[in-house]
Amino acid sequence: MSLAVGCRARPGKARDNKTGSWRVFKPVFGKEKCTLCGLCMTLCPEGCVHETEEGFITPDYTYCKGCGICAQECPGEAIEMKQEEK
Amino acid sequence: MMQITEGSHAVADAVRLCRPQVIAAYPITPQTHIVEALADMVADCELDAEYLTVDNELSALSACIGASAAGSRTYSATTSQGLALMFEVCFNAAGMRLPIVMSIANRALGAPLSIWNDQQDSISLRDSGWLQFYAEDNQEATDLHYLAYRVAEDHSVLLPAFVCFDGFILSHTYEPIDTLSQEDIDRFLPKFSPYERLDAADPISFGMYATPEYYLEFRYEMDRALKESKAIIEKRGKEFGQMFGRDYSAMVEGYRLEDADTAIVAMGSICGTTKDAIDEMREEGKKVGLLKIRVFRPFPTEDLARALAHVQRVAVLDKNISLGAKGAVALEVKDALYGSGIPVKGYVIGLGGRDVRKKDIKAIVGLIGKGQGDMFYGLRTEVL
Repeated sequence: MSLAVGCRARPGKARDNKTGSWRVFKPVFGKEKCTLCGLCMTLCPEGCVHETEEGFITPDYTYCKGCGICAQECPGEAIEMKQEEK
Repeated sequence: MMQITEGSHAVADAVRLCRPQVIAAYPITPQTHIVEALADMVADCELDAEYLTVDNELSALSACIGASAAGSRTYSATTSQGLALMFEVCFNAAGMRLPIVMSIANRALGAPLSIWNDQQDSISLRDSGWLQFYAEDNQEATDLHYLAYRVAEDHSVLLPAFVCFDGFILSHTYEPIDTLSQEDIDRFLPKFSPYERLDAADPISFGMYATPEYYLEFRYEMDRALKESKAIIEKRGKEFGQMFGRDYSAMVEGYRLEDADTAIVAMGSICGTTKDAIDEMREEGKKVGLLKIRVFRPFPTEDLARALAHVQRVAVLDKNISLGAKGAVALEVKDALYGSGIPVKGYVIGLGGRDVRKKDIKAIVGLIGKGQGDMFYGLRTEVL
């Protein structure tokens, strides 16, 4: 897609911005320690942490910016922030 | 029709003929007479425009950005500290690709406070993406406004433009001006046709954010549009010449340069003085010529190199100083002639209204003959 002259844009949704590219540290959710309390889903500023069909909790890495709030707040220390190689 | 008119009033009249729909400006010496005259024209119903009295220059240009984005032909005028206050929004106007035209009655920048002429103000915004035209006399100052709108609004350019003319030296001087009629200008300058505009029924935002993946490309596109505007300037400048007899197709203009061994490069009103000095030096048998730069942005690198290819030395007169380096014009000329072997020397002169006379031009020709240059000319060493 070529650039819009003067960086002009039509109204859109935040969903159009794939903020996952901003990430430096990636939250990795550990199944063993997770109690499914759902605090990470409540606190995620991007609203991208969700429950999967298999009943596990995971972020959507397309949008996860790697802020680390989920890992900081997780009472079971089930989330580990790992540096991402790109 | 020839009329004896003050420079500022001639410029205001030219702006009126361009039919701006929104004018937002804040008065500042020596630009004041332009905006006073335009305010009168609007009040007297001679000009059908929205005239916004704003609280400062930042507001003035911000209002112009909004008005231009909404699809209006937009005008402002300022100088010196006023332009400095517009610094931030100057970059925004260019980045949003809005063809605003603004007159700059060139004046020095403080501190120390100076209301007098040099070209530091507009030169300091050379990297902002605005086109920069410089007038030698008031006839040129008026004509360049028509050209500026015609070029800036071209959909392959879409960039704002400064029309610079020296404060007091031109703005407050009465000169004979060939004033054009509304019919004339309507033939040359069509109605403003915005590329895109703000419209509540079809919402759009201007100048959104660009992540590191895109910003570099946006700046490249601006640079490309500015460089490609050279062809538009040539085309429209020629068209203006065919219509009214004054050809502005050339971004640089030689005076007695064909057989010159020494070339002076200058910009603005100083070119007039330089031409007189050259005439006198020619009578003494000195082969001196002038290359006047009319368009500083985009910089006519190739045209300048071609015009100076045959000379033995080049003296550049700068009414500005990029402190810690050199005069901005000298830097550009050195770049344009890099590899040619032609020695180029810069002379910083006339800052803050210091008068530049024929004898000064002759002295500079003497200095470059001795290989001396890249210096401030005319320093009063007794006060240093």
